[in-house]
Amino acid sequence: MSEDHPKIFIRDLHKSFGDNHVLRGVNLDVQEGHSLVIIGGSGSGKSVLLKCLLGLLKPDQGVIEIAGRNIARQTDGDRRYMTRRSGMLFQGSALFDGLKVWENVAFRLLYAEKKGRKAAREKAIDCLTQVGLSPEVGELSPAELSGGMQKRVSLARAIASDPEILFFDEPTTGLDPIMADIINNLIIERVRALGATAISITHDMASARKIADDVAMLYQGQIIWNGSPDELRDTNNPMVDQFVNGRAEGPIKMAVTKY
Amino acid sequence: MNVFGVTGQLVLQGIRGAGQITNFAIKGALSNLTGPFYGRAFFDALFRIGFTSLPVVGLTAIFTGAALALNIYDGSLRFNAETFLPQILGVSIVRELGPVLAALMVAGRCSSAMAAEIGTMRVTEQIDAMSTLAVDPFKYLIAPRILATVVALPLLVLIADIIGIYGGYLVAVFALDFAGPVYIQNLADFLTNDDVISGLIKAAVFGFLISVMGCFYGYHSRGGAQGVGASTRTAVVASAVAVLASNYLMTSLFVEF
Repeated sequence: MSEDHPKIFIRDLHKSFGDNHVLRGVNLDVQEGHSLVIIGGSGSGKSVLLKCLLGLLKPDQGVIEIAGRNIARQTDGDRRYMTRRSGMLFQGSALFDGLKVWENVAFRLLYAEKKGRKAAREKAIDCLTQVGLSPEVGELSPAELSGGMQKRVSLARAIASDPEILFFDEPTTGLDPIMADIINNLIIERVRALGATAISITHDMASARKIADDVAMLYQGQIIWNGSPDELRDTNNPMVDQFVNGRAEGPIKMAVTKY
Repeated sequence: MNVFGVTGQLVLQGIRGAGQITNFAIKGALSNLTGPFYGRAFFDALFRIGFTSLPVVGLTAIFTGAALALNIYDGSLRFNAETFLPQILGVSIVRELGPVLAALMVAGRCSSAMAAEIGTMRVTEQIDAMSTLAVDPFKYLIAPRILATVVALPLLVLIADIIGIYGGYLVAVFALDFAGPVYIQNLADFLTNDDVISGLIKAAVFGFLISVMGCFYGYHSRGGAQGVGASTRTAVVASAVAVLASNYLMTSLFVEF
């Protein structure tokens, strides 16, 4: 990769569901090793954008270049290319409740990379330790964990295969402010330790300011603003200003439908 | 209300649904022919579908065999054919009631469980998470369940056949004064390998249909708890209808050839 060429390069990305045009020409660059936070109201298309990047949804049109390869056609090869390089922390943690915690963390190692159970378990315990959980937690079932612990396990699972790119979907939603800050710290620490490129979507402005190198705002399926967290504070953009300060009155009218 | 429009829409929806299920079934079958294979997931499904269904299938078989013996005896008395009870009971159980009742029990127990489990995984993003972890959910979740049901159901039916016949034997010997050895001898002389094999072929097909329905409706669940509930209900109904309809088709074929 050249210095100038972004790790993630998105151009004119469109995605519709029937008559509902959710993404309307998204353009976005993320430099290697940077942490981009995408903010935006409910229904603005953040999750759809993330799912297009992850290969879970096929865009109707546009370019998604990941480390130089366009994966927008979402062929099996594209999906393999993407999943080999990425890790994801889901909003609801999405842990497999039929498996123990360590098996969740080691899932990719066990079932995609076909590592032996002993080696996979050692790696899982190491990842759990990195997110501040004791090895004993590995023997528990996900249902026995609190929300904060589940997020940590989900983070451990995301980093278990040392990905180049990490995605975080609402990493602090549903957590108390202290636990949210702990998760933010862990995200910063792990992303830096891996040297990974990160994309997060969040409503939590404290989290956005803390974990972002760059911030972009998605509104009605388009990126309407991007800049640094410092610029976010002083922006003159009325929509960004309304969103960041959480005012009901302003140019943004919230969508009702969830995507 | 436009009656023609509504009817047309329903027909199109039905055709689309049938096409989707057929595609899903083909993909499910093919997934078992190409790697990677998840042995642990297969044996786990085999245990849950096969072994844990044994009590309910056994109970159904023994009571059905017993009730059938009484009905055959009562009916055949009218034309003095009660000595044929073992033969009629054996053929009825092995060809028809064993496979169909075992399949309906498994449809109720396992198709619903598959739809609920996979549906919950869908709405809680566990299936998406699996994709991001480079594991094909179709190969990890669907293929092992289909293969396990296709393997388990013939075994369950074989056991149901034996227990059902034994239920009839108990009634015949202890309530209707048949001689035990004669009962067994008549049955053994009359039943052919084809009778048993046709029942087992039916069982394998039922297993495929039941698992495809359970997995299909679970995999396409939407909208939280209510959506999962609806998928579960539809899976059970669709499985039962598929079992009964395919039973008729297969019986027609077996009788013909």
